[in-house]
Amino acid sequence: MVMMMLKGNEATAYAAKVAKVQVIPAYPITPSTLFPEKVSELISNGEMKAEFIPVESEHSALSAAIGAAATGARTMTATASQGLALMHEVLFIASGMRLPIVMAIGNRALSAPVNIWAEQQDTIAQRDSGWLQFYAENNQEALDLSLIAFRVAEDKRVLLPAMMGMDAFVLTHTMEPVDVPDESLVEKYLGPPEQKYPTLNPSQPSTFGAFVFPEHYMEFRYSQFVAMEHSKKVIDEAFEEFKNIFGREYRKVSGFMNEDADILLISMGSMTGTAREAIRKLREKGEKVGLIKLSVFRPFPKEELVEITKNARIVAVVDRNISIGFAGAIFTELVASYNNIEKKPKILNFILGLGGRDIRVEDYIEIYNRAKEAENRGVKEIQWINVDEDAVYEVEGPL
Amino acid sequence: MNYENQEFFAPGHRACAGCAAPIIVKWVLKIAGPNTIIVNATGCLEVFSTPYPHSSWRLPWIHVAFENASAVASGIDAALKAQGKREGTNIIIFGGDGGTSDIGLQSLSGMAERGHDILYVMYDNEAYMNTGIQRSSSTPFGAWTTTSQVGPYNIIGKNEFKKPIAEIMAAHKIPYVATVNPAFLPDMKMKIEKALKIKGPKFIHAISSCTTGWRHDPSKTVEIMRLATETGIFPLWEIENGDFLKMKLTYVPKQRKPVEEYFKPQGRFRHLFQNPEKIKEIQKMVDEWWAKFENKN
Ligand SMILES: Cc1ncc(C[n+]2csc(CCOP(=O)(O)OP(=O)(O)O)c2C)c(N)n1
Ligand code: SF4
Ligand SMILES: [Mg+2]
Repeated sequence: MVMMMLKGNEATAYAAKVAKVQVIPAYPITPSTLFPEKVSELISNGEMKAEFIPVESEHSALSAAIGAAATGARTMTATASQGLALMHEVLFIASGMRLPIVMAIGNRALSAPVNIWAEQQDTIAQRDSGWLQFYAENNQEALDLSLIAFRVAEDKRVLLPAMMGMDAFVLTHTMEPVDVPDESLVEKYLGPPEQKYPTLNPSQPSTFGAFVFPEHYMEFRYSQFVAMEHSKKVIDEAFEEFKNIFGREYRKVSGFMNEDADILLISMGSMTGTAREAIRKLREKGEKVGLIKLSVFRPFPKEELVEITKNARIVAVVDRNISIGFAGAIFTELVASYNNIEKKPKILNFILGLGGRDIRVEDYIEIYNRAKEAENRGVKEIQWINVDEDAVYEVEGPL
Repeated sequence: MNYENQEFFAPGHRACAGCAAPIIVKWVLKIAGPNTIIVNATGCLEVFSTPYPHSSWRLPWIHVAFENASAVASGIDAALKAQGKREGTNIIIFGGDGGTSDIGLQSLSGMAERGHDILYVMYDNEAYMNTGIQRSSSTPFGAWTTTSQVGPYNIIGKNEFKKPIAEIMAAHKIPYVATVNPAFLPDMKMKIEKALKIKGPKFIHAISSCTTGWRHDPSKTVEIMRLATETGIFPLWEIENGDFLKMKLTYVPKQRKPVEEYFKPQGRFRHLFQNPEKIKEIQKMVDEWWAKFENKN
């Protein structure tokens, strides 16, 4: 174990190093560029042994990752925003081929207009791609969850790729002390990097990516669905084992001052720390408020979320993403999680922090106050926080 | 080792009768032998050879998507290196003209620039055949396709010239680029053998007739492909290390046949015979290409 001052991107590069990742195809994009840079540096210094492929696009980064993983190598890449969007086609292929690739994402807004700052829309937009999704609150979590992602992805009950999101700049570019575990301990946790599933191997030729007719296609999809369901248990086991080896504890869903809370806020990613601060302040004033943090979005931890929120009167879901035409993603899925459950809290959605707009303690206090209003009267189900509502542009033509 | 008596591409696949693609594949595999990994871009070959749960491939084979075969192969190259298993294994890509010259050009160029030890074989049936004969950048001037249709407002068919993909690859200064024609089997075998002995990126452009899209009698496949070269339309050459000045013609027809002999048996060129001056234009272009060499010698 070594304590180092690391930016989020460096923490994930160190995760690749200690996991003995064998192949890293990557392409630069703000705010994830530091990942390929750091990997190149570690390899050039002789600190890390891996094949780095400086590909010509993100589409090729993931395609090369697929080739490498299909050859049985532990494989990792990183991207963000436009890069992840460019990968869209191949994301489904990686999961359909059941390849345990891990990808670190610097969560960033999507164009247009161009914006390079924090937002979780990029990964949320890929929630149907069959990848597991983890979200880090700080750089230690970014490293740890990357290792956990490998452990779950490579489990033969799962064999699905995983993304690990960390908010742009707030994590990707901010230095924090990070405990970088020893490679030997990581090997104990993950096993050796050579994969044991069937691979492209001349002594045992197999066909990968065949043309499948309606007669068989649905079974492939169903087995993917089942694998993702299995991953729920496998994630819990991976968290448990992680705690045993490295001493740090993770949960899909964790609570803060939530036991007796009437109103619960739900948060995911780096802003959780700010939310915690707001909760402390409100508690000092005697408000019965608590916080729930999500570390896993795929598989969606619906059982845990329902269990932990069911006794609250109001749940205020804070989404740093928006599905234009409906609502934020966590809200939508939490509401759906309560389907067929009689007793449910009132669930509200608050959209904030898009495109890197600062998320302040006051914003959470505002959210709390608005949620509290809903105890006595009807309020808008979906509300935007810290946005100038008068600035709605009259669209006369392309912006 | 010689694997000429072994078949690595099993019969029973679903190519149209008379399709040239299986001839190319079969010979490439016979020369490459069993220690080979194949990457296939989306297209006719991928579809007709792997109708799940069947497969014609007796070698490890992977298909990922249309535009990224070169990137997938790059990942395989890196993985084998990382595992200490790179020595002795061939990595071969098969891509159609669309998957190579159009949508796959970026990843192909990237693979070539990074210098991966990979052989790329483009089987050029001169259109998007798998989706039903749409024009590609490799479709020749004057050909009918379903997206370069012939009518009173477009008497020529495709109005643009064929993209010189092999020259583009040679301009990457990769160690070996060659054009081959399965109707000239010894020449094709020689070039595949040579390519596989060279380390680094290699590119082979194989003409590949498509009875369905070229609209010809399935029994005439080899004959028509032979005419492509005998008329000088598809010359056979090699360029090493991007040295265009040392381009080597590996077959020089004694007397080039008129281009219409190649056009006549193919339905895709039928309309040209209503515009003989277009045929003359094409003949002139072919003559000009050859004149460069004839003047030199
Ligand atoms: C991204 C993407 N765009 C379009 C397609 C549809 N598509 C599949 S095969 C094909 C044409 C293939 O043409 P070519 O590479 O020349 O191979 P051929 O079928 O002619 O052998 C097209 C357009 C696709 N599969 N993927
Ligand atoms: S459509 Fe053409 S290329 Fe495709 S299988 Fe038939 S003959 Fe071959
Ligand atoms: Mg084609």
